[in-house]
Amino acid sequence: MKRYDLVIIGAGPAGLSAAAEASKCGMSVAVFDENAKPGGQLFKQIHKFFGSKKHKARIRGYKIGEQLLSEVAGGVDVELNSPVIGIYPEKEIVVRQGEDIVHCKADSIIVATGATENMVPFEGWTLPGVIGAGAAQTMMNLHGVKPGEKILMLGSGNVGLVVSFQLLQAGCKVRALVDAAPHIGGYGVHAAKVARCGVPFYLSHTITKAEGTDCVTGAVVSQVDEHFQPIPGTEKHFDVDTICVAVGLSPMAQLLMMAGCEMEDARGGHVPVCGQYGETSVPGIYAAGDVSGIEEASSAMIEGRMAGICAAAYLGFCSEKDKNASLTKLSEDLNDLRQGMFAPQNRGKMIKKTEEGIDISQTLLAEGHITTEEAERFPGVVHEVGVHPVIECTQNIPCNPCQDVCPKHCIKVGKDITALPQVDTNIQCIGCGMCVASCSGQAIFLLDENSEPGFGTVTMPYEFLPLPQQGAKGTALDRSGVPVCDAEVVGVKTAPAFDHTSLLTIKVPKDKVMDARFFKKGELEDDKCK
Amino acid sequence: MISANDRLADIGPFVPAADDDLIICRCEEVTKGEIRKAVHAGMYTLTEVRRYLRCGMGLCQGQTCGRLVRNIIARELGRKSSELEPATGRAPMRPTEMKILSSEKGVE
Repeated sequence: MKRYDLVIIGAGPAGLSAAAEASKCGMSVAVFDENAKPGGQLFKQIHKFFGSKKHKARIRGYKIGEQLLSEVAGGVDVELNSPVIGIYPEKEIVVRQGEDIVHCKADSIIVATGATENMVPFEGWTLPGVIGAGAAQTMMNLHGVKPGEKILMLGSGNVGLVVSFQLLQAGCKVRALVDAAPHIGGYGVHAAKVARCGVPFYLSHTITKAEGTDCVTGAVVSQVDEHFQPIPGTEKHFDVDTICVAVGLSPMAQLLMMAGCEMEDARGGHVPVCGQYGETSVPGIYAAGDVSGIEEASSAMIEGRMAGICAAAYLGFCSEKDKNASLTKLSEDLNDLRQGMFAPQNRGKMIKKTEEGIDISQTLLAEGHITTEEAERFPGVVHEVGVHPVIECTQNIPCNPCQDVCPKHCIKVGKDITALPQVDTNIQCIGCGMCVASCSGQAIFLLDENSEPGFGTVTMPYEFLPLPQQGAKGTALDRSGVPVCDAEVVGVKTAPAFDHTSLLTIKVPKDKVMDARFFKKGELEDDKCK
Repeated sequence: MISANDRLADIGPFVPAADDDLIICRCEEVTKGEIRKAVHAGMYTLTEVRRYLRCGMGLCQGQTCGRLVRNIIARELGRKSSELEPATGRAPMRPTEMKILSSEKGVE
């Protein structure tokens, strides 16, 4: 029987981070994962992450995955296609590998098995074409397969919003984004990206039927009352071939249950009772990432590192002094991420004002975008002569790349990274566009409100293909995806520093610069998303 | 946790509902109505319902329906789902063919 100092179950962000720390301390580490590729969900995260520099903000998820893999290369035994089928007393781990059942013995275990997607049952939910949003993401971003042509997304949390945007990027039509809750659950900036492409939001609505006999051919959506029950007579029909379900995640903690860890119902499911650093009730067994409570990849990576260090100290591979120093730093990093309106402690709370005391946009919560009038009350929205940034960042989320990348330091978030960015009008913006490209929420635009008599320009982040060429004529859309005026592309910028976000500059009539936030080339199709 | 005393409580009769035909456990094709009837037949825990109906014992091992079944039982009992113990986690944690389990060479 093989022996390891540490066995990690799950090679996702938490598991790989734990492996990196533990192997640095000199432990022999094996990581078992049931999938054919390491990285868990990281490699399908093609969007830029939030946070600050130390959280790898503005780096796309798959690149963070590549960095993690190179960090564990050489020192760690990563065994793929290896589902762990049981944890037995004395930390004996049983793994299925091919046609064999393999036993191994660990002196410490970190369980980082992640989570599974929740489902909601409705009439027809077992038809082919009803899929998890995560499954849609796997099909598109790992396998290059479109999950369908016309999509209905159920769930307005960050998963539903991010996957909706990626479906649009893949060339699908997203007909509607539906949520039973009265307010959008995810980040407003993620919703805004989807809304300006013309996707309508149906809050306080739920899906009551998937139509079709052999596969999905349509969906029926109804409004719900305050008890989330469908109201008869409010049915709307959507012509879709795919229904994506993004209604939350459940921790996959069964292995911890089997290992005898004390469990509780908290943090999104049935999870182990954990100490601050992932210590379960069984000495030497730790939990990290979504398995110990649903959060996101950035915090999972920090939790993984904490658990890795704790396991190393538990077996004497790391001194108490070094352990405490590392954990103090990591706790600060984690704490930074657990701030703001979407922090775990604020889950389910209705927040009406920002930390700065500004009223939250109710249109954003109900329809996925702020209005031109509402924009004016936020500190990132200013009016100046010449090119200047307009930052439509209106909720306190832990993120500050805009401040870091501005070479002239015109954008200030401050020490508290959940603060809303402010534009310093005393410093002249040079129009480099770094802020536009680096904003993970794609919420920054460069405006020139009077570029030539009667006209202004709007520079927007653009992540769709084909990229319009300079001189292309089309239509400017407002924040809700409604056409506002004719527009001409007067500039297209791509650069390695922009990391696949192009900057599209369009010329619009002067009075439309505060409305135009998206561009559609050519004549609008009749069946445009709306 | 369901105690012996809880089993004496009156949960009322089984009342048919419009969505009783809705499949909840798709692996084993168990409907909502079957689960609700099982509760009224005296199956008050996930483990009992699982053994009685096989829901959660198919290919996905309850990964999809586990939470749904727990909510349905809880609602039928007039309790919070957090008061119900989830199904036991036991090996094999992932579907494993008998020929592979039985060919195990043992510990060398």
